[in-house]
Amino acid sequence: MNARVTPPTFFTDSVEPLLDASQLKDWTFEINTLNAQYARVLDEGHYQDWPNFFIECAQYKIQARENYDRALPLCIVDLESKGMMKDRIYGITETIFHAPYYSRHIISQSLILGLQTSSNAHEGVRQCIGTLSALLGPQDKALDPTCLLVSTSNYGVYRTKPGKTSEIFSVGQYIDHWLVTSEGLKIASRQCIYDSEMILNSLIYPL
Amino acid sequence: MNKSFTPQPSKDPTWQSAQTSRIPFWVYTDPSVHAKELSKIFYGAHWSYVGLLAEIPKLGDFKKTQIGEREVIMVRDHIHPSQKDIDHGIRVVENRCAHRGVRFLQASYGNKRSFVCPYHQWAYKLNGDLGGLPFKDGVIDGENKQGGMPESFDLKSHGLNRLRVEVLHGLVFASFDSDAPDLQTYLGPEIMPFIDRIFKGRELTLLGYNRQRIPGNWKLMMENIKDPYHPGLLHTWFVTFGLWRADQKSRMVLDQKGRHSVMLSRRNEGGKGQVTQGVTSFKANMKLEDDRLLDIVTEPWWTIQDPQHPGETITPSVTMITLFPSLIIQQQVNSLSTRQIIPSGNGHFDFVWTHFGFKEDNEEMKKRRLRQSNLFGPAGYVSADDGEVIEFSQSGFEQFNSDGQHNGETLCELDGVGVQATEHMVTETLIRGMYRYWREVMEL
Repeated sequence: MNARVTPPTFFTDSVEPLLDASQLKDWTFEINTLNAQYARVLDEGHYQDWPNFFIECAQYKIQARENYDRALPLCIVDLESKGMMKDRIYGITETIFHAPYYSRHIISQSLILGLQTSSNAHEGVRQCIGTLSALLGPQDKALDPTCLLVSTSNYGVYRTKPGKTSEIFSVGQYIDHWLVTSEGLKIASRQCIYDSEMILNSLIYPL
Repeated sequence: MNKSFTPQPSKDPTWQSAQTSRIPFWVYTDPSVHAKELSKIFYGAHWSYVGLLAEIPKLGDFKKTQIGEREVIMVRDHIHPSQKDIDHGIRVVENRCAHRGVRFLQASYGNKRSFVCPYHQWAYKLNGDLGGLPFKDGVIDGENKQGGMPESFDLKSHGLNRLRVEVLHGLVFASFDSDAPDLQTYLGPEIMPFIDRIFKGRELTLLGYNRQRIPGNWKLMMENIKDPYHPGLLHTWFVTFGLWRADQKSRMVLDQKGRHSVMLSRRNEGGKGQVTQGVTSFKANMKLEDDRLLDIVTEPWWTIQDPQHPGETITPSVTMITLFPSLIIQQQVNSLSTRQIIPSGNGHFDFVWTHFGFKEDNEEMKKRRLRQSNLFGPAGYVSADDGEVIEFSQSGFEQFNSDGQHNGETLCELDGVGVQATEHMVTETLIRGMYRYWREVMEL
């Protein structure tokens, strides 16, 4: 087993509002654009490209709202690195047997909640950002590894099995932590918190 | 061929053979069979799982769930000091007001001092007794009493429907029927050691829930966990990484009646071997980019005295326990869960996973259990496809029975047609065992 550092856990509390209106506008635009690209990658089936939205030590979780609201940690998908995301893509494309389906994402305008820095965060988050800084590789090119942009957006994902009617498959929100890098924003953490707690049989592709 | 079409009269479903190795499709598709199952099995003399003590730790904590298609509430009630040695304080009441039949509770979980029906505010104690109701003694207008309940009305005989409850270690079971034997007798001495192994003397911690609606008959889920033939074939992860495959030391255990069972197995290193030849799901070159998912640690409690071979010990890495009619208890390496089956008509069921750990787990073990949960549940590497194949099975039965002729049957004759415990996994004996009991209780 490889020795690894425990990746950070992210919180949405202790977020400092982003007051610079022009920067808020720019980043909102950038997040919206990235979300549109993210949706396209998944909906067009370019799964190999999906991990590239994330930094190396990123988290990706798909969690029922009932667990999130009650602070119960269980997720249906709980990935702790880009490596695990690549494994997930291999798993869903090469190993899981399932009826084929198209997914179609509708992602809302994002709402930037603010910045989380080691100075405004409480102790837990400070440690996380510290861990994050330590975990970043040269490929992550963080401009400021001690600062994360926190945003949320709503999503709806439709499922259509070829030749069949479309179904509302999952409805929920993304809670995201973005790292500002020299190549633009990258996802440090995406939590997909789904209201649709009763999953229509199985969930294969990422939300 | 030019045949004139003559509609066939619908036949009553009959099970032709004396064996249970061929299961007729109507067992899964006929609504009258389903109604009979609810009455004889779910509402009959059987014990159904309703939850874990860890879900309702405090006085007044409740969880709403279902037995069959009836909603029930598991709640932690007061314990009278004189009863403290014999009363666990757990009550299970039906979610149906004694007044007008209203399903009065809508929240899935929470904490209450009493249950009050919103329609006419009939108020019930946590144990289901009727505490009071508005205008029971009518409304006094001057010297006249107007309306109200008759003098003969007795609060005591209008409580909620209260089920029998038994608590086994941290597990809560309930029954609608006073004829059910006590729980441990019901489960049987063959099965109990494997329940004790996981739960006895341990306090559980709740990790969370996953829910999925599977478009198939509820029994297909029990069959799936009584079928050791498929995991090493359908599930690439199992065969490739040695988590479950035909060359492992394994055992199939049944209770006397054949209704409950345990599949146990000891994992090996995986890789290529005789059992992977021709298995298309085996991926010789599959490597993980991040192998923490397979960071499996053998826990001391895995080892027990072998119940079947006194004097020896066993250390299974997997035990899959099916408790008829509606509970599966999973130990898959370090991942632990209960999976509850809630039928909804003959063609659907809800499958509710409750993952848990132990109070003594350190952070590392808790994280390990959560990480391995990626293998299981509605998105799991070795579970998502179970729900899918169950859906395809049901579709196959329904298309063949669309003319109401009750034709067709599944074939479960791996390792013969009888019902017996085995020391290998190349068998469908457990499915045959469940249907032997099912036929007995269903009188079919």
